[in-house]
Amino acid sequence: MLDNHAKLMQFFSEAEEVTGRKKLQKMIYILQSLGVPFEEKFQFHFYGPYSEELSLRIEELCNLGFIHEKKEVKSNYFQYHYSLTKDGTAFLQQFSTNLPDCTKMITRLQEKSSRFLELVSTMLYFRELPKREVEEKVHTVKPKQNYSEDEMAEAWQFISELSKQAH
Amino acid sequence: MTYKNEQLHEEKVFKDPVHAYVHVRDRVIWDLIATPEFQRLRRIKQLGTTNITFHGAEHSRFNHSLGVYEIVRRIIYNFQGRPHWNNDQRLLCMCAALLHDLGHGPFSHSFEKVFKLDHEYFTQQIILGDTYVNKVLERVSPGFAQEVADVIAKTHSDKLVVSLISSQIDADRMDYLLRDAYYTGVSYGHFDMERILRVMRPIEDQVVIKSSGMHAVEDYIMSRYQMYWQVYFHPVTRSAEVILTKILHRAKQLYESNYQFKLQPTHFLTFFSGDVSLEEYLKLDESVVHYYFQLWQEEEDEILRDLCERFMNRRLFKYVEFNPNKQIGDLMRLIQLFKDAGIDSDYYLVVDSSSDLPYDFYRPGEEEERLPIHLVMPNGTLKELSRHSDIVEAISGKKRTDHKLYFPKDMIYAIQDEEIKQDIIGILFSKERI
Repeated sequence: MLDNHAKLMQFFSEAEEVTGRKKLQKMIYILQSLGVPFEEKFQFHFYGPYSEELSLRIEELCNLGFIHEKKEVKSNYFQYHYSLTKDGTAFLQQFSTNLPDCTKMITRLQEKSSRFLELVSTMLYFRELPKREVEEKVHTVKPKQNYSEDEMAEAWQFISELSKQAH
Repeated sequence: MTYKNEQLHEEKVFKDPVHAYVHVRDRVIWDLIATPEFQRLRRIKQLGTTNITFHGAEHSRFNHSLGVYEIVRRIIYNFQGRPHWNNDQRLLCMCAALLHDLGHGPFSHSFEKVFKLDHEYFTQQIILGDTYVNKVLERVSPGFAQEVADVIAKTHSDKLVVSLISSQIDADRMDYLLRDAYYTGVSYGHFDMERILRVMRPIEDQVVIKSSGMHAVEDYIMSRYQMYWQVYFHPVTRSAEVILTKILHRAKQLYESNYQFKLQPTHFLTFFSGDVSLEEYLKLDESVVHYYFQLWQEEEDEILRDLCERFMNRRLFKYVEFNPNKQIGDLMRLIQLFKDAGIDSDYYLVVDSSSDLPYDFYRPGEEEERLPIHLVMPNGTLKELSRHSDIVEAISGKKRTDHKLYFPKDMIYAIQDEEIKQDIIGILFSKERI
């Protein structure tokens, strides 16, 4: 009962602020892939793993006053910033979650661009495949991003490091 | 003639109340429909527990799958000869349309939540595994089954083909809105699909809408919005879903605590143990689930027995509006009062949120979360729908979240301790809440 809401609030409490909806989606997906018990269901979409359930849950948390959403007008698009409100903090004090401490992983994810996290989450989406096929699949599903070999190598390294932190 | 291009000697049709007729001429499509895995969809209702509220909603995933196939067949017919359209993908599109829901099980949503399953995973397993469907697809050409699976998983390289089957205006959504509206009998959900099909245009990596067709698309978006609140998220249907989910939780918990069921729940065993094989998955349909629920009404376990009796006889939970921010204190107090009254709040006090039934409201794709619907303007440029349509912009910004608290009213009124009973009633039905 409200466990999944509480887990997301716990995430925001550790992240302090998350900038960008796309980045938020990819961060949660990557954490979930590495065993953090978020239960939102993800599917592959045009821009990589995406969860409608997560979008709606964030919307609920905003409407309830637990999460603050700030809309920033950029040159040709909007950018959204998310942070936990006082009400959110108060709720968390009454409601315990079984979310392990992910602060270090979250910090590392926050340092990366959403383009890079899109690559990492796409690679994790195909993690059942052998490494070479994962890279081929990334080029197949994301031809326009034109990810370089260096970026791929950096992503593998990042996944490996993050996995160690997760376990 | 190769199997891929083989045509039936005369066209076959399925009479359909939504599209009048579903037309089949390709041998491959005809053979796929005849497979046991596809026929199984006849035994899985499209809308799960909705028939408890709208008694007409008895249609199956079989009807819907044929409907999606028919819409894609018509779209492809319209696309013939247009730039960007590669007619070699025709059969791939139609197979993916027909098979897109193949992995759905009975009451999919509840089963997925409780047993941590994913129907998309089973769709892939059925298409790629040792199945009749796989044999038909691989007869087309080696690797064809993988292509169909990739289109359904949205990971195929041809984005245009993917967007026909899955985008914010695709054959799947158009069919289920019209079909669900027809079978529930509601007047919402209708829109001019023929008009939309006429204004769909293929471009390099997606299907776009000719700008003159914007009003038909507005109607479609409005239908999605209304169907959600009037049908899909109907509180009575949600009450049935809440009970169903609790039955599955209870049965699983009993199994884990070595409870002796009067009859071994054979069909559920691998679901309980978290190791569901494809073979076991395919055996479970709604008739089997109802059979066990019928039996469990006579179980020794009081909670399982009561929940099944409620589900089978439509003795549902009641609900009140609930605000998790303002009323979290009430919830905590209710949990304690339920405990004092000997009622297990894990099963009899449930917060149900809109995100428990995620629904694809139109999203304009800000920050590239999802690919939006694009209008193609007379000068050839693309414009995102909500930037051009005031109606869609208004709906996109509308509040679409909701939380309710479900409980068995009859059980509360039967509490012997008058003080506890009045306390619970006072919280649930206080004037401030109303």
